[in-house]
Amino acid sequence: MSTLTTDTRKSYMGLLARARPERLEQLLPDLPAHDWLRRPEIGTTMVRGRIGATGAPFNLGEMTVTRCALKLSDGTVGHAYVQGRDQGHATRAAIVDALMQTEGVEQVDATILAPLRAEEAEKRTSRAEKAAATKVEFFTMVRGED
Amino acid sequence: MYVATKGGERAIDAAHQWLADERRGDRSVPELSVAQIREQMALAVNRVMAEGSLYDPDLAALAIKQARGDLIEAVFLIRAYRTTLPRFGASVPVETDRMDIIRRISATFKDAPGGQILGPTFDYTHRLLDFKLMADGEAPEALRKEADAVVAPHILQLLDQDGLMEPLTDGDETPPDLTREPLEMPADRPLRLQALARGDEGFVLSMAYSTQRGYGRTHAFVGELRIGTCAVEMEIPELGFAVEIGEIELTECETVNQFTGSKSEPPQFTRGYGLVMGQSERKSISMSLVDRALRWEELGEDNVGAPAQDAEFVLYHCDNIQATGFLEHIKLPHYVDFQSELELIRKLRREAADAQVKEAAE
Repeated sequence: MSTLTTDTRKSYMGLLARARPERLEQLLPDLPAHDWLRRPEIGTTMVRGRIGATGAPFNLGEMTVTRCALKLSDGTVGHAYVQGRDQGHATRAAIVDALMQTEGVEQVDATILAPLRAEEAEKRTSRAEKAAATKVEFFTMVRGED
Repeated sequence: MYVATKGGERAIDAAHQWLADERRGDRSVPELSVAQIREQMALAVNRVMAEGSLYDPDLAALAIKQARGDLIEAVFLIRAYRTTLPRFGASVPVETDRMDIIRRISATFKDAPGGQILGPTFDYTHRLLDFKLMADGEAPEALRKEADAVVAPHILQLLDQDGLMEPLTDGDETPPDLTREPLEMPADRPLRLQALARGDEGFVLSMAYSTQRGYGRTHAFVGELRIGTCAVEMEIPELGFAVEIGEIELTECETVNQFTGSKSEPPQFTRGYGLVMGQSERKSISMSLVDRALRWEELGEDNVGAPAQDAEFVLYHCDNIQATGFLEHIKLPHYVDFQSELELIRKLRREAADAQVKEAAE
């Protein structure tokens, strides 16, 4: 756990939360032995916005979230809070969180997180490129001397 | 008053079974999957999430299927489901200036930094039915153009920098929550925005339209309309820091409206704000107009008696589930109620007849 910074952990937990459950299952089909600290539980988070984007907060509405906590056989604890209602998704995210704190960190990063990162980047690029194609290029009529 | 009536169970069971049968429709037509609804009826899904006040595209699609496309019934299903779930907490307020933008337009500044991005819009279509869609046509792929990361600051910030915008007061106080405390008047702006964000699109649209037609006019310009995905972060107590728990699509609208000012403050533009789950620009523009109209008091404007200025009227009638619940309950058995009405009218008629007889006799 010594090498794992909060920023790294935040970053991959977010990545796991955003991942499609089916994809995570493909990347991590077999689960290592684990004990539950908190079994997968489906609930909600109240999403807040800010008035005028930067003013006082207000409650916009909820989103579904599944959370769990578990312990690997070596005692490493993993947590997960993931969007949606897929308990397998939360379980795998917590397993990955735990594995990232073990000796297996590099392998997990290479075989699970790296593909997720690449696919997400590809998806974002694709959306950004489609958006860019719809950007208006105004033509300005030149009048007078410049 | 309602009384328990027995004897309807068999009829009810049969009615529900017929409903399920009708839901499926003609068996020679392939059945719709929830994934098909989620992907191909995305704007209906968005509306059900916004008014159901629960972001979960799969659930909203399921609700639409179950409700046979009746979106208010689907919203009802989502609201009912939501009440069964525990709440883990509240998010850190979403940062819409860090949104991954797919659409972003301004009606006030042509050359806004970041540019005008049209996105997948119905605007500029001719609203002619496209019969190709009936014939299993191939859908075209979207065009692409090499893109840098879009840096698109909020456009109103530009006016803000020049002191032309009414300043916002930020803060981190816990906003009121109408799902926890009953909505009571006077409702402050965070509470009003919560109610409007989950309000019926048609109702909020009509209220906004009424302000444009002169019932509480606010002279709104769309300073910026943006659609895209935003990360949602929540503080996780067991970790001691905030993590992203997912990503949601949002539509945000900021309007620039006519002025406020005083002896000490020079004139400034005022703001209306709309934020809605999913892609729903009609709703978010409507929300900003109604938000602005409801602010008449704090901005020192006259109450001209317009419906959109009346917070009690707007907020108590914008929720389509409350409205339909109360409206539709009158079709349920009111046999005893009505029996007393019948007795009353018979008595009144008897008295009237007696009086006539008496008059004639005199």
